[in-house]
Amino acid sequence: MTALRADSGDATVAVASRESEGGELQAPTSSLKMFLSVFGENRLAVVGLVILALILGFCFIGPLVYHTNQVQTDFNSSTLPPSAAHPLGTDDAGYDVLGRLMVAGQVSLEVGLGGALLSSLFGVIWGAISGYVGGWLDALMMRVVDAFYAIPPLLLMLLMATIFSRTTLVFIVVVAIVSWLPTARLVRGESLAIRVREYVEAARSMGVRHVRIVQRHILRNVIGTIVVQTTLQVANAILLLAALSYLGLGPPPPSTSWGAMLNNGLNYIYDGYWWLIYPAGIAIVLTVIAFSFVGDALRDAFDARLQRH
Amino acid sequence: MAGYVVRRLVQSVVVVIGVTLIVFVLIHFLPGGPARATLGPRATRAEILSFNVANGYNRPIPIQYVLYLKRLVSGNLGFSYHYNESVAALLASNVPKTALLVGLAYGVSLIISIPLGIFQAVRRNSVGDYAVTAFAFVGYAMPTFWAGMLLILGFAIYWPVLPSEAPQGATIGAILSQPNALILPVATLALVNFAMFSRFMRSSAIENLVQDYIRTARAKGIKSHWVLFRHLLPNSIGPIISLIGLSLPVVLSGAVVTEAVFNFPGMGLLFWNAALKQDYPLMMGFTVVISVATVAGSLVADLLYAIIDPRVRYD
Repeated sequence: MTALRADSGDATVAVASRESEGGELQAPTSSLKMFLSVFGENRLAVVGLVILALILGFCFIGPLVYHTNQVQTDFNSSTLPPSAAHPLGTDDAGYDVLGRLMVAGQVSLEVGLGGALLSSLFGVIWGAISGYVGGWLDALMMRVVDAFYAIPPLLLMLLMATIFSRTTLVFIVVVAIVSWLPTARLVRGESLAIRVREYVEAARSMGVRHVRIVQRHILRNVIGTIVVQTTLQVANAILLLAALSYLGLGPPPPSTSWGAMLNNGLNYIYDGYWWLIYPAGIAIVLTVIAFSFVGDALRDAFDARLQRH
Repeated sequence: MAGYVVRRLVQSVVVVIGVTLIVFVLIHFLPGGPARATLGPRATRAEILSFNVANGYNRPIPIQYVLYLKRLVSGNLGFSYHYNESVAALLASNVPKTALLVGLAYGVSLIISIPLGIFQAVRRNSVGDYAVTAFAFVGYAMPTFWAGMLLILGFAIYWPVLPSEAPQGATIGAILSQPNALILPVATLALVNFAMFSRFMRSSAIENLVQDYIRTARAKGIKSHWVLFRHLLPNSIGPIISLIGLSLPVVLSGAVVTEAVFNFPGMGLLFWNAALKQDYPLMMGFTVVISVATVAGSLVADLLYAIIDPRVRYD
């Protein structure tokens, strides 16, 4: 474990130092251009962005065009196969599956995005303090991270889902609690390396306040890492919520998520009701792949920008 | 090396204390407090009061924590009123079965992903390399339970060659006596590991492939596959060993879902049922034990890595 972490730490140090030595010479516009061109050249990234745009439109604009009742049950029209009235059929409670995919997607995306953002915010603060202050506080704060790492994420989520009420906000917090750890470690490693550099020492000797040093010198150096990490966390968060929902501890009815739809579909696996099994699963896979594509491309783009310097 | 071992041991102890603290804090968030959680919704006020006094829940919080630690150390993990059995006994009967499932899944995914990763490194950017990468990517993006559902659909319903339910039985022997029924659960869980391992193995092998010792070995005229087997494999396998330790929490999460899909009678299924029935003592006890096992696992993996790869320096 230590060796792995040390390796990646060294790599990021090397990258960070390259930027800090020549960073001021580069005009910011060309840096942005460079970033955009590397990102744009990556075909997978463009595919990812297009898929994301389609999914976001489908989930948030779709219900405005395609009206379905996703609150009241209608047992007279349960488990109907796809037809003109219901392009993807209906589920056992009579909900239209296409419309259900949209509202379920809203919950999945809200928890994914919200959870990833919150976890990054918390991870950055934790990691920056730990790395910048150093010493015994650093050791203590990193052991806290290790302790959270040791608990299987799904067990902690199940435990919290039974203790607290299951609202979207709670899911965002729960997802953040199990996913802030890699961000905290990355930011800690980089701020540990940056805080001993001459320009930080110079700033400190000029009497610049600690908060400002962290903002101006440390966070600015790690912003690329944070953006990449947040994007990948969204994918992870969506998978975590899906697993939790599949186990029946996701958003309570009539609210739903893609994982909850699949939980329901499993009951009908022997009945040949494929519309309860494929669409929601494909939605999860597509969303997770799209976020991963974008995240990987962002990493390449940030790396290229740094290497250019 | 000795200093490193001592430091890692001390670290692990601190981490274990951290885990118990996290669970201890959660106990205090339990609806109705620990007494209600243990005695159930029908307990009377008097019963709750006497439980609190007997277990020290009326004392100051720091003392409660010390008492909690004392109980843990003496092996008292709590009592599941739902199963009317001690949590320790439930653990003892269920963990071996999950260990079997997880162990088999690790084994299968390692046997597949290690040679495949080397193949990908050697045939870098070939069609085969891309195909495996794409497969691993989809494997990563696919929720474990959905992969399990698709396998059931494919191999138990459309083409009924395998049972859709995991082997049932109280002991490992009973589970092993139905190897057919083990195939789908193990395959589901192995898919999760495979997605992780093959990516690591590929990049690790690529890194080592350009090293001088490989060129030297080739220059000496050693046969190509022997170079890969004798020189490349041992040198690029280190990160995977580390990853086995690191991935344990994620794989155990996958095991909970897999056991739920296939009704596999292990610790994950038990934990899930406990969650549905709000059996808090069982969940808390399991969480502590599994987390401690994870810390121990990653300690062992780190030490193994240090022994196997003398290039690793810890200071």
